[in-house]
Amino acid sequence: MLRPSTSLPRRGQGPLWRNPTVRALIVQAVLFLILAGFIGYLVHNTLNNLESRGIQTGFGFLEGRAGFSIPQTLIDYTSDSSYGTTFVVGLLNTLLVSALGIVAATLIGFAVGIARLSTNWLLARLATIYVEIFRNIPLLVQILFWYYAVLRALPSPRDSMSLFDLFFFNVRGVVMPDPQPLPGFSATLWALLIAVVATLLFARFAKRRQMATGQALPVYWIGAAIVIGLPLIVFLASGAPLAWTLPELRGFNFRGGINILPELVALWLALSIYTAAFIAEIVRSGILSVSHGQTEAARSLSLPGGITLRKIVIPQAMRVIVPQMTSQYLNLIKNSSLATAIGYPDLVAVFAGTTLNQTGQAIEIIAMTMAVYLVISLTVSFLMNLYNARTLLKER
Amino acid sequence: MRHKNKSLSLLSAAALTALATSQAQAATLDNVKSNGEFKCGVSTGLTGFSSPDENGKWTGIDVEVCRAVAAAVLGDPTKVVFSPLTAKERFTALQSGEIDVLSRNTTWTATRDNSLGLNFTGVNFYDGQGFLVRKDLGIKSAKELDGASICVQAGTTTELNMADYFKANDMKFQQVAFDTSDQTAQGFDSGRCDVLTSDSSQLAALRLQLADPSSVEILPERISKEPLGPVVRQGDDQWFDIVKWTLFAMLDAEELGVTSQNVDQMRDNPPNPDIARLLGKDGNYGEQMGISNDWAYNIVKMVGNYGEVFDRTVGKDSPMGLERGINALWNQGGIQYAPPIR
Repeated sequence: MLRPSTSLPRRGQGPLWRNPTVRALIVQAVLFLILAGFIGYLVHNTLNNLESRGIQTGFGFLEGRAGFSIPQTLIDYTSDSSYGTTFVVGLLNTLLVSALGIVAATLIGFAVGIARLSTNWLLARLATIYVEIFRNIPLLVQILFWYYAVLRALPSPRDSMSLFDLFFFNVRGVVMPDPQPLPGFSATLWALLIAVVATLLFARFAKRRQMATGQALPVYWIGAAIVIGLPLIVFLASGAPLAWTLPELRGFNFRGGINILPELVALWLALSIYTAAFIAEIVRSGILSVSHGQTEAARSLSLPGGITLRKIVIPQAMRVIVPQMTSQYLNLIKNSSLATAIGYPDLVAVFAGTTLNQTGQAIEIIAMTMAVYLVISLTVSFLMNLYNARTLLKER
Repeated sequence: MRHKNKSLSLLSAAALTALATSQAQAATLDNVKSNGEFKCGVSTGLTGFSSPDENGKWTGIDVEVCRAVAAAVLGDPTKVVFSPLTAKERFTALQSGEIDVLSRNTTWTATRDNSLGLNFTGVNFYDGQGFLVRKDLGIKSAKELDGASICVQAGTTTELNMADYFKANDMKFQQVAFDTSDQTAQGFDSGRCDVLTSDSSQLAALRLQLADPSSVEILPERISKEPLGPVVRQGDDQWFDIVKWTLFAMLDAEELGVTSQNVDQMRDNPPNPDIARLLGKDGNYGEQMGISNDWAYNIVKMVGNYGEVFDRTVGKDSPMGLERGINALWNQGGIQYAPPIR
């Protein structure tokens, strides 16, 4: 028991164990040893158990032939590829749906969040209904809804709905023409790169000019004109070097063209719409956190509503919005593992699913999968923190 | 709706924890006896093999194997706790000790037997992989399936066989893999795939679950050997022997003409020494395995012989109505053959 004392013993006096610093060190060292011993025991015991049960361990299995097929692969993959390749294929599919989901969720979320604060009664109510419906239904149910209820209502390949005979919509997904670059197409890509760099430089110039003279230039319009116009001119001037492989109905399915799987669309829709409901609330709370005096000040300077929102309210709201958005992005990435419910070949379905089952290397595969999600999430956190540091209030 | 996806990770986590904390346990039999029941892994629902009926009672040929083990070991076929598992979860559940026997239409393969720390105890159903297609496609052979979208259950030998078959025949296909056989059937039913592939017995079962069973047909090709049987953990030979001989006893009983109807009469007046040994009137074949000598009597009395079980779950007395085919006894044109009890 500690007794209140008016004077603590000075350091170096009295027995060592009564010294608070030493005592704290000893307690921490003992705790650390217990923890390390416990973890060591678990690892030792796991290896022992694996060996006594004749379960093979190690990462040698990654070199073995996978022998199964994956419907959507962003890199070359056949059933002759290795289990290691299935890891990469699954990872890329996870990243694809996560990236698509983050972009769409952000756009929808901002739109709905701002709409909820609109003075238009109907718009604000619709936004409220959106948020309350989609954030209160479990994500898995929403995924299954989009997959089974909506996409399955589409016709069979033979009765596909078509758009200009180029795009086809059916129960197998969307089929569209596949662009094949011919020699000379690289010029267009270079033009695009140059246009993007030029736009960025122009934006910096415009900003500096505005700072100096107070005159604003239409950066967005000019930028858009450069980014779209320059590559287009180069593309046409070089003789449109792009061949299109058109989808064609042969046998069971369309051959040629790009096929977007309905599993991807369903998962993407569900993830975006679900996460957007949360982002909308974050955006709303961010905007409400900006003092109303700021808006009034802008209005008294007769700034239009759009500019007030874009240049005054949102930049200040970002300080509140960004840290919470990071959590939502991380949630979206982790939620993408629900893909396995509808057969979208993501990391969990392919690698922690089929590969795990074919090889039986549960510990290695689950450890790798957990490590991947950890790395992705930490990377996203890091990038968002960088961005957050930039959006912090700069006092001048 | 069936939400099995999360359970995979939960189960894997459970497996990691279990492997990390439990000492390797050799004596499954002692555990089962002291618990008074044992845990059996079955499918999440496959008619004829393991599926819950409208009263929630598990039925099927795989389920009966578990009941027979319970009858042999505990003298009561109801002392089984059934764990429904997806194809992806099943081995981890057995390795980690969540279940004591896996009886879930599982194909016996070299990898599974040799590298997963598991042992297959025998074959309770000889199967082969086939293809189910809609009749209106007008397809008569699997060789015509080039370019088709094919629904398959993830994590099965079926996935591998299909890739091999299409590669060998220089054909392309698009695979759609689902977690459970119900989801797979739903995927096929809704037109996501042209073809459903699985073991042919499962196709017969899944066909019954479709909206209109007469609109589909099973193609004649069998592209693989699928010997399905119960699995136990490696390293516990006693338990391995018990599960193995449970199946043998059911086969021997059928061969000797012992049924659940006449087993009492046969035990009181054994017509021949083989039956006397089977039913525990002669010798101590049960005690050799650490269980009571009337183990086989209990199996036949409480569950039935192999033929009875086959007929009532997948055979002529069931909705599936499968022929015995190669699952007939060796002396009746099939390949089911059990070593003698002596």
